[in-house]
Amino acid sequence: MSETVAPTTAQKPRRTLTRAVIRFAGDSGDGMQVTGEQFTTEAAWAGNDISTLPNFPAEIRAPAGTLFGVSSFQLQFGSQRVYTPGDQLDALVAMNPAALKVHLGDLKPGGILITNTAAFDQRNLDKAGYAKNPLEDTGLGEKFRLYQVDISGMTMKALEDLPLNAKEKERCKNFFALGLVSWIYTRPLDPTLDAIKKRFAKNPTFVEANTRVLKAGHAFGETAEMFAEHYGVEAAEMPPGTYRSMTGNRALAWGLLAAAQRTQIPIVFGAYPITPASSILEELALHKRFRVRTFQAEDEIAAATAAIGAAFGGAIGITASSGPGIALKGEAIGLAVTAELPLVVFDIQRGGPSTGLPTKTEQADLMQALYGRNSESPVVVIAPATPGDCFYIAYEAVRLAIKYMVPVIVLSDGYLANGSEPWLIPDIKTLPDIEVKFRTEPEGFFPYLRDPATLARPWVRPGTPGLEHRIGGIEKQDVTGNISYDPENHDHMVRTRAEKVRRVAQEIPPTTINGPATGDVLVVGWGGTCGAITAAVEEAQMDGKAVASVHLRYLNPLPPDLGQLLRQYRRVLVPEINSGQLVRILRAEYLVDAVGYNRVSGMPLASQDILEAINQLLEAKQ
Amino acid sequence: MSTVTGAPGATQGGAPKYTKKDFESDQDVRWCPGCGDYAILSAVQKTMPDLGIPKEDIVFISGIGCSSRFPYYMNTYGFHTIHGRAPAVATGLKLARPELKVFVVTGDGDGLSIGGNHLLHVLRRNVDVTILLFNNRIYGLTKGQYSPTSELGKVTKSTPMGSADRPLSPCAFALAAGATFVARTVDRNIAHMEETLKRASAHQGAAFVEILQNCNVYNDKAWNVLYDRESKIMSELRLEHGKPLLFGPVDDRRGLVLEGVRPKVVHAKDVPAETIWVHDETDPATALILAQLWAPDYPIPVGVLARKEESTYEGILVQQEQRAISERGPGDVAKLLMSGETWKIG
Repeated sequence: MSETVAPTTAQKPRRTLTRAVIRFAGDSGDGMQVTGEQFTTEAAWAGNDISTLPNFPAEIRAPAGTLFGVSSFQLQFGSQRVYTPGDQLDALVAMNPAALKVHLGDLKPGGILITNTAAFDQRNLDKAGYAKNPLEDTGLGEKFRLYQVDISGMTMKALEDLPLNAKEKERCKNFFALGLVSWIYTRPLDPTLDAIKKRFAKNPTFVEANTRVLKAGHAFGETAEMFAEHYGVEAAEMPPGTYRSMTGNRALAWGLLAAAQRTQIPIVFGAYPITPASSILEELALHKRFRVRTFQAEDEIAAATAAIGAAFGGAIGITASSGPGIALKGEAIGLAVTAELPLVVFDIQRGGPSTGLPTKTEQADLMQALYGRNSESPVVVIAPATPGDCFYIAYEAVRLAIKYMVPVIVLSDGYLANGSEPWLIPDIKTLPDIEVKFRTEPEGFFPYLRDPATLARPWVRPGTPGLEHRIGGIEKQDVTGNISYDPENHDHMVRTRAEKVRRVAQEIPPTTINGPATGDVLVVGWGGTCGAITAAVEEAQMDGKAVASVHLRYLNPLPPDLGQLLRQYRRVLVPEINSGQLVRILRAEYLVDAVGYNRVSGMPLASQDILEAINQLLEAKQ
Repeated sequence: MSTVTGAPGATQGGAPKYTKKDFESDQDVRWCPGCGDYAILSAVQKTMPDLGIPKEDIVFISGIGCSSRFPYYMNTYGFHTIHGRAPAVATGLKLARPELKVFVVTGDGDGLSIGGNHLLHVLRRNVDVTILLFNNRIYGLTKGQYSPTSELGKVTKSTPMGSADRPLSPCAFALAAGATFVARTVDRNIAHMEETLKRASAHQGAAFVEILQNCNVYNDKAWNVLYDRESKIMSELRLEHGKPLLFGPVDDRRGLVLEGVRPKVVHAKDVPAETIWVHDETDPATALILAQLWAPDYPIPVGVLARKEESTYEGILVQQEQRAISERGPGDVAKLLMSGETWKIG
């Protein structure tokens, strides 16, 4: 991180940073997610590039003060491109001892550490398993820039005369922390003041209370002697246009709306509530005006089969879930494969197996998406790179499903789903066309007559006279669609279904290489690790290494130019949050000696770890 | 720009005049000779012209099992799906296309075992579909294992010492799920079956029809009590709305009376006529009592057990959609993307 001292109009000197990584941590009930989101908005207003990482327990209200009840929100913001929420923290706000214990290990030496001293009482220390108060340990102050702030006490004092009970007052303390950190990093308070007004529109006392506390935190930074300086992060150079903050799940939902508007056919979205996919259902349910019909099904299977029924009826059939739910939908997806209906499946991957880590991220459903069904059951698999990319990937999924009459699985993950980034709002007119051709002509009609270019069979809406026909899960004769147990026909149909998916390759644009066209190491990634890989590769390149990266949005089929590309580099590294799934596919598909970097912790990969893996590979070669 | 071609919607105007033959598909029927399904297929095809609906607007959805081959033999739109899931597929189809007439064909295994959950919820939601459940009390397509409607102690290939689980009454299940139309009929009573099918398919909302059906290969004469001329007289209770519940021989009619919530069989001549229980299709409470009557202690009711008019699931959702559009105008993605917090760069 580069630092320069800049002149400032404030009394205290202001240093300019190129980027900063901050984490707010506290109890599940401490409002850390709101605090982080609000700080993100402030940074966005200041024109920074941003990447966020919300991290919360699966329990709704875990017992207060416990280690497993700690909730946190991390973001990186900068005046340069920001690819990840950051590996190590420049600043940590710890609202209680448990939060300190869980997160201190991620704070850089010399980093800012703000603690809420009032919360460091015996009870909370016991719950966090501290034998003695860590704030009294002189080592802590030596290793970090420790600011012990009585956040709770000053919050109560600021609200002394307001007609709120002690609990209500206490709950405002997160805004004191936000005000203080906003001062430290010179972020504008206006967006938060607006948000407070909106959030508590029905309760003027709450507006007053939160406003006061936010300003009190800010003023404390300005006046308290302990803060000798503060920091500025200039606006980033980003492509011009109008931006908004975008999370992955909202982007998936809105991408579907864009597809529905373009095609002018309704969406039927079937889902059963599951973390971290539920917010897609909730988002779409808000948008009935777009002719989205959301169906909260009785189970995962019903969610998928209802989407298939809708697709049979000529609507866009979508189902969404996470890994455990996708497992349940397997047979239904197979039905869509053989019925050759357009079905879009969102898999918001989470830690597994079984229930696993519902609120944590993972990339270990790739093999499930590719092969997790009985028999030969090929589907198209694509994956977004960033939260904002989810918008385009959802739209693309609908386009491909309709064009090829094939199921498309979208592999997002918990990190992309909840994480946000500043998103350049596109002109929707520039999105590719989605051609919908319902067949109406009875002359020469057969249900499995194929388009010669795509091998897609005709999509026929029930209600079309003269085209009455029957389809189903039993093997059928090509063209006529009649039930067929003929051995030759089955072999032909297996190949045809595979070939149809293979032809989707003609839709894939040339692969973009980040770095030199030939070199020592090519890093290949997919999904939400895109940012961490890009950051690591760019750092290696700055060190003069011949390293490049490619990011795969299309996982089945793979880009047609990929095989050639892999051979342009001496070594191929595939970082994944799984035990090595894409790497196996690349090795099998292209006979290249690709190696994996794998860490399955429920957390995003750290770019420093990827950089280390790159360096190890470079050294091993020599 | 987008190009959508061939989106006709439901056919406008009156339906053509059909005959049974118009609903026969060109596929060879592959049920065992003598299977009760033939009679049901024929009855369904025969009642189709009376629907007054263009045949392209009719869809048959099924799951897996002998009964689920049904859609292949109907010259309408059809979808033979996966085991137990037909009600969910039909729900999705109705959400996409509320104007279509959708039938679900299922069996006692498909509908009440692997698909019990979906049957429960399609009835509870009152999706506008007509559900025909062929109850032969056996798994036929997998060659003779006991089903959720098989009698306790049933000896089958999978229960050589007799089944240990008690059977379920499909009609009681449907009523408990809140079905808005529940009826029972018998494959060998063609006239009654046709009449029941007509009433069921005319119902707006989830209509459930249990059709007692013979599997002559794995469970022959499971319903002999209703087939045999002698036993039928004492065991079949024809339900007619507003009529007293009477059965038995002409010269010694039996009747049902209700003592509190307990039904009792009496000799009609022994009690005053007005004490005989009068069937009321609109009363779900007494329908549930009827659904649980079983031979030999009681006669087996056939006919419409219950019906009521309720809003359909998809009807409510479409209303919400229309309300959202009329209040705030149709959705516009460009506007949506610009809604809320935005900022300009450059």
